[in-house]
Parts: sequence; C-alpha cells; structure tokens
Amino acid sequence: MVYENPDGVKIGLEIHVQLNKLNTKMFCGCSSKYHDSAPNTHTCPICLGLPGALPVLNKKTVEAAIKVGLALEGEIAEETQFHRKNYFYPDLPKGFQVTQYDYPIVSKGKVVIEGEDGEHTVGIWRAHMEEDPGKLVHIGSIEKSKGVLIDYNRSGMPLIETVTAPDMRTPKEGRRFLDKFRNILEYLDVFDGNLEGAMRVDANVSVYGGTRVEVKNISSHKGVEKALLYEIMRQKNVIRRGGKITQETRHFDEARGVTIGMRTKEEAEDYRYFREPDLMPMKVSDWIPRIKETFPELPDAKRSRFIEQYGITDMHAKSLTSKIMLADFYEGVCKEGTDPKQAATWTADVLLGEFNYRDLVISSYDGSTIGCINDKDHSITNSVRVADMVKLISLFADGKISDRAAVEVVRSILDGEEEKTPLQIIEEKGLFKAEDDLVTKAVSEAIAENEAAVQDYLGGAEKSLNFLVGQVMKKTKGTADAKTAREMLVKELKG
Amino acid sequence: MSEAKWMSVAQVREQIRNNSAEEVTARYLETIGKSKLNGYVTVSEKAVEQAKEIDSKGHDGPLAGVPIAIKDNISVTGLPNTCSSKILEGYVPPFNAHVIEKLQAAGAVILGKTNMDEFAMGSSTETSCYGPSLNPWDPERVPGGSSGGSAAVVAGGEAPFALGSDTGGSVRCPAAFCGIVGLKPTYGSVSRYGVVAYANSLEQVGPLANNVSDIAVLMDVIGGYDRRDSTSIDRKIAYQEALKDDIKGLKIGVPKEFFGEGIDPAVEKAVWDSIHRCEDLGASWEEVSMPNIPYALASYYIIAMSEASSNLARFDGTRYGYRDKGENWHSMISKTRAEGFGVEAKRRIFLGTYALSAGYHDKYYLKALKVRTLVKQDFDRALSKADVLMAPTMPNPAFKIGEKIEDPLTLYLSDVNTCPINLAGVPSLSVPCGFTDGLPIGLQVIGKPFDEATVLRAAYAFEQNTDHHTRRPPEVA
Repeated sequence: MVYENPDGVKIGLEIHVQLNKLNTKMFCGCSSKYHDSAPNTHTCPICLGLPGALPVLNKKTVEAAIKVGLALEGEIAEETQFHRKNYFYPDLPKGFQVTQYDYPIVSKGKVVIEGEDGEHTVGIWRAHMEEDPGKLVHIGSIEKSKGVLIDYNRSGMPLIETVTAPDMRTPKEGRRFLDKFRNILEYLDVFDGNLEGAMRVDANVSVYGGTRVEVKNISSHKGVEKALLYEIMRQKNVIRRGGKITQETRHFDEARGVTIGMRTKEEAEDYRYFREPDLMPMKVSDWIPRIKETFPELPDAKRSRFIEQYGITDMHAKSLTSKIMLADFYEGVCKEGTDPKQAATWTADVLLGEFNYRDLVISSYDGSTIGCINDKDHSITNSVRVADMVKLISLFADGKISDRAAVEVVRSILDGEEEKTPLQIIEEKGLFKAEDDLVTKAVSEAIAENEAAVQDYLGGAEKSLNFLVGQVMKKTKGTADAKTAREMLVKELKG
Repeated sequence: MSEAKWMSVAQVREQIRNNSAEEVTARYLETIGKSKLNGYVTVSEKAVEQAKEIDSKGHDGPLAGVPIAIKDNISVTGLPNTCSSKILEGYVPPFNAHVIEKLQAAGAVILGKTNMDEFAMGSSTETSCYGPSLNPWDPERVPGGSSGGSAAVVAGGEAPFALGSDTGGSVRCPAAFCGIVGLKPTYGSVSRYGVVAYANSLEQVGPLANNVSDIAVLMDVIGGYDRRDSTSIDRKIAYQEALKDDIKGLKIGVPKEFFGEGIDPAVEKAVWDSIHRCEDLGASWEEVSMPNIPYALASYYIIAMSEASSNLARFDGTRYGYRDKGENWHSMISKTRAEGFGVEAKRRIFLGTYALSAGYHDKYYLKALKVRTLVKQDFDRALSKADVLMAPTMPNPAFKIGEKIEDPLTLYLSDVNTCPINLAGVPSLSVPCGFTDGLPIGLQVIGKPFDEATVLRAAYAFEQNTDHHTRRPPEVA
C-alpha cells in the first residue's frame, strides 16, 4: 500500500526544544531550574544583557547538540560558531539573539516514523543551538491587558532548533514525528518534555504544491495535529472557492483550534546576521568520539532488543519503549525475576492503560519508583514502586489472586493508596483467592441447601448451574474463581 | 598643590608612605575640584573612604592607595556608567568590570569616571552628552578621543594614571594629543568583561600614564586571563620586567603608508627625528611596505559600525537608563532611542545597520572582513622583518574644538594611523616625541601580538633618552 497524498500536502516543522536538564543556562551560571520560581529570580548581568556583560558558553549545550545530531543520524560540523540575530522585542534583553546561522552544528539528518503507508523517512535539514528570550506576561488576556510584565528567568536558556524537510503528508505524520522526536530527546537525557515551554513548534504547510504558510505558536506536541488539520482544511477551502494562498505567517489559537492571519509584514524581516564577536569559533569534531562512548540506546534499538531479549511482542516492545522511564521501569521489574512476558502485559497493558485513563503522564523514574503527573493538573502526582509491581505479578502468577483482583490493586495504588503495599491492599479488601477447601465447603453447602436447583440442573436446565455458581461466589465473598467453582459443581453433581 | 600633579606611581607611593593614602587622594580631589578641563563626569564620593580603608588595613598591594581615573564605559559597582550618553542616564552597574576587580585587589583608589565620546564614538570627546573635555595644553583644543577625559585628567595632573579603552585609537589618540603615554594592548590580553562594547572584535582596555613605567605597572595589574571573556587569551606577559634602557640591535620597521597624504610636516619630522634617535641608541631601521593600509580605515569603520549597531540595540528604555513615553512599546523605544542617542551614535547605528542589511552585507561587511584579513597579513609580514614598527600616532596635533565635528568624514580620517592596529589586534603604544606650536606629538610603537615587552622596552629606552615626557602643560587659567 502506498499513500497517494491526494491533496499534495507538504508539512515541514521547526521545533524549538529547551535543553532544560543542563543545570545552568547557555551563557551564564544561572540555574536552569526556574520553572517553579518567582519571576526574575534566575537572572544575572549576562542573561539580563547588562552593558559590559559577556557570554561564556556552557559546553554542555554543545555536547547536547552533538548528541541530538548523532541521534538524528546527521552530520556534525567540524567547526561551529555563533551568530547574532538582530531584532527588537521587549523579551530580548540584548536586542539580538545569539544563535547559529551558516555553520549549524547539525545538518542532513533523518528520522524514520510510522507513516501512513509504513516506515516513512522525514529529512532533517539542520539543527542548531540558540538562546531562549525571556517571557512576556500579560496582565489578564492579551487583548484587554493593561500592561505587560517581563520575566527574564527563561532568558538565556539553551535551545535546539530543528528544521525538518517538508516530508510529512498528514497531520498524523506530523504528530508521530514529534512524538518520536520527543522520545529520542528524552532518551538522550537532555530534555524534560513535561516542563512548561519545553517544546515549541512552528509548521510550514502547503497543499497541491502551492505556496507555503507558516503556522506559529504551536505550544504542544498534541496541538500540532489540531493546528495542521485546521490549516490544511483552510487552505483547501480557499482554493476550492477560487482563492489564492498567500505566503504569510499565521498564529495558532490553541483554545479555539484555529489559525489566525497575523498582520502581513510589508517587507521580509532582515535579521542582519553576523558572527558573534564575543564567542570564538569552536572545533568540535574531536568531541564526538567521547560523546559516542557514553551514547545511550535509542528507542528503535531498545524496541528490537526487548523483542529479542525478553521474547515479548512488537506491540508490547513499542509501547514499553515509547517512554524511556517506562522502559526502565519494565526492565526493573524483569530484573527482579519476573517473567518478562507477564511483566510486559502488566506494565504495557494494565499500568499504562490505567495511566492513560487517568490523564497521567510519566515524569520520573529513579530506579525503584516510577512517578507521573496529571497532564491537566500538575498538582496531582502518583507513583508506583517496582517492588510492588513485582510482588503483584508474582501473587497473580502463583494463583493467589485473580487477574481482576490484581487490576484492582493497581487501581487502588493510583487512586491514592500508593503508600500501601499490594499485600496490604489485598488484605484490607479481602482480595485473596479463596482456599480450595473453602470453595469445596461452599460447593457442598450450595448443593445441600438448594435441592430444587440441583434437580433442575440434573433435569437439563443449564441455567440452574449459574445460580449454584452464584451461591458459591456469595459464600466465598467473591474470592473463589468462578470457573473453578463451576467445574467443581459439575464434578460433584455429575460425578 | 603642584606637588600632587604629574607624579609617577613610584612618587605617589612614596607620598603615601610618608603621609597617607587619604591625604594623597584628598589632594587629587582638591585639584579635580578646581579643574576646568571637564575631564571627570562623575567624581566618586567613596574615594576618600576607600583611601582610609587602605591606610587602616595597611594594604600592601602594588597600587595600595594609588588613585586612578576610569573611563565612563568601564563598569564600577555603585558608580554611574553612562558612556557619556543620555541613554544611560541613571544606570548604575551592579557589578565590577574585571579590570576594576584587579585594580581594587591591588589597592587602587578610584577617583571617578572620565568623559569620553558617546559610546567611544569619536576622536575628540565632542560627541559626549556632557560636552567636550579640554586639552590641558590649549583649552581651545580637544584632548582627543574617545578616552579624552582620561588623557586630560592625567595630563592635567588630576590623576596619576587612568584607564581608557581603544577601539580604533581611543587610547593612543588622546595620549598623543595630551602629551602622555597610552597603550592599546594585544587583543585578548586584557579582559573586556564589564566594559560597555562599542565594537567587540576591535577593542581593548588600555592604560594612560605620564610615563612608560607606569603603563607597565598598570598592565601588570590589569592584564591576564579572565574566563568571563571568551576572547581572553591565557598568555603570561611580564610588563615591568621589560623596562630596560637598551635597544641595541632592535630592528625598527617604518611603514611608509603611515606617512600618507595630509600628514603635518612637523609631525613627520618629529617622528623621523625619533627614529633617528633610536638609531643613535643602537637600533636599526628600514622602510617596510604595507600595501593594504590605505583600505584599513574604510574596513575599520564598516566593522566597528556594524558591531555597534547590534551592541547598542539593548538600549531601548525597557530595563534601565533613559526612557521616553510612548503609547506602546514600539513608540516608546523609538522615542527613547531618538532622544537618548546623540547624532554620532545614531549615525553609526544607521550606517552599521545598513552595512549588515540583506543585499549590502556581502558588499560592505563581508568585504570589510576580507580587507581586515589582508591588513593583518600586512602586519604579519612587516613584523616578520622588524621587532617593532614606528609611525606617527596621529597625522596632526590636537585640533580646535568645533573644527571638525561638523564634518564627520574629516574626523574619521584622523584615525587613519591608529585603526589599522585594531584590525590586526597587535599592541601599540603612543609616547610623546616632540612638540609643534606648543602642542604635543605622539610616536606610535607597534609590536607583534603579545610582544608588549618589546614595545615597552623600545618606548622606555626612547623615553629615558629624550625629555618630551617631562614637559608639563601650562596651568589652565
């Protein structure tokens, strides 16, 4: 099957990713962990652009960029340098942004995604390093705001901007690219996608090979599909009505799910790029071997290894490797001697299913506990211990609890009982599978006490057996396995 | 009072030992109080207090208690740093420049901040929002620029020495015009951290003093590597050790391109006399050719203005400094910049913006960079044959206030002999070498990168065997 792309849709993405795990900002010693701090508390003369302050490059930015380049199978520049991009904006304290221009650190990479018709390659044109500006905070809504406040905590945060070729053909491919890209970055441990403003996307969209339109301000990887769907529909309708697509920049309004034309500029922006004279060009080619030595396993490699090493299905492997923290948790469970297939089922199907149902996204894994936060309300957090998962699976595998009971334990943990062990929950809720003699006793009693039903069953009324099973379940308070109870009844009555 | 004037650092230290740092500082402040030179834009209220502290602690740093004047583009915590521009009105830096940290550690007492051309853009201090400083040799004339305030206060006896900055001649030009010594060190040898940038790739902080020895004393304090300036280079240079009165065998290159059209015959003669004097002292000289020097000025101005147009973008009234009112941010910054910058700063922002713009970038900026490479190669070649180059610092002595300010091109042309040095990044020192009509003339001694030692030795030997530096300007009435 080949995807025909009937409307000639071409989508290219420009993704700004904040390297928010490097501890300090790009050119100064300010902490990069500002997300929960009061405005303008993570600033210094350098990131405020005070006259006379000079940038000193945080080498970890370059290392991270090289890691990203290697993960994108791109070419790493022998030598790289920074440029100034000049423009005025209140959030830009120096009146220019330090970025890269004609010597980006990464060029010509690629990412293989699951496309509309199987594996689909998205080209990466370039990836470069640049600094983040500050952030404008409007008092009230943008339209009605009486003033604008500026928070420079974000100013000088290291970013990587990645520009793809226009190789995506549907909004779904756009989202899949972003999911994969984000996953890769998390594997590289340079990026925490759960933090506010961590990933910002601009999209270039065209239909029928026509003029491209830039859609800005797509703030989440979920918003991208919505923005693209709307923009493609809009362009097709303009053409259907006999109109023309003009080259413009549109703003994505996430709340309304529409793209809005911004004031058309009379002239193209001229950023007057020139080399940043306060930073020297760097030869980085000899950094690569050292970075390769500690290069992490990437999602595709891990997925293949899981299939091979643990004998699990590709579906499970894909699901488990969709988040590095989930993959690590899974391997943590396996390491404790749990059957890998059981572990896969309970992690990928049950646990992840329950996470998704509760809008929980995985946010941490420290080697013993996986943590998550509610995507809609970050004040809600949860966690599950590896040890508890191991115990739960073993109780189930040993036939001590039913699968229904095990799922209930998982749910209890996620519904506020994460402090308790599975055993405590099972005991408190009486979820242990009934002992065999207890069931035997209940079967005998049920037969003795319900002669009419017994006669009906023996007379051929199959339905009466259900009644007797129900009686056994009642006597065992639901702890008996229904199937076992049925078998025991049949055996007892029909010999 | 006169004993406070024109003292060398050694003499100042002697006075401090005999009396106290407090007394010496107080005497300089008294001279400053009576001055008509308009050299200082801010006099520090804390100078006496600092001097007292030095006294009470028995500070034994190399500059313990020695007063110094600082150009108004070098950040000193707590002192206004205006770059002689209205747009920085009210801005007080919350941090010290690297050179200030070094000075304070050495025990220096900061007397105040000195006048300059606005953002170091000029050769006369006439573009300052505070008006021009006056040349102590003739108050109707400019002291040169842009570090004109620093030169005027040293020549006028209002400070034993001073710091300036040199982007295209801004230390050497006023040193020459005021009859004192000024050094533009090798690019990368003094940290620029805390110095407000005019043209980052060209400028260095440099000392101005009454004699070559004091330049070396100051360089031993302020020079050296600083990790906060990524263009800083870790090279140890022993400045004072270089001061030897011996230039036997020294090879002097004389680039004829530095004696071009428009040079004052008296300047030309004084410089040649100086070269011959060096020959008498055992040095040899030969003419060297630097064919790309005629293109240096144009290249320099394009690069400097381009960098400046970007460096000065941060002055938008949003965070600090002067701010005008506007109905929105765009009109606020437009009015702020229109009102806050002077004519010359605006001219250079416009020209630099133009040179970097799409369609002109390659024609001007890139071409200027190529010329810069050629100029560097000229210096490499010339300095492969010679130990130092000698040339006039300025083609003319100090001109009259108002004489050139209305004609920017003529004013720019006066940097013709100083700006090539900044393009090449090499060290260059201006030392007094004669007088014409009572106005001092400067000899420029240019060296190999990081070879300040040879430059200082040549200038020191010349100074020891001449008396130009001992002449003092008349008392300004």
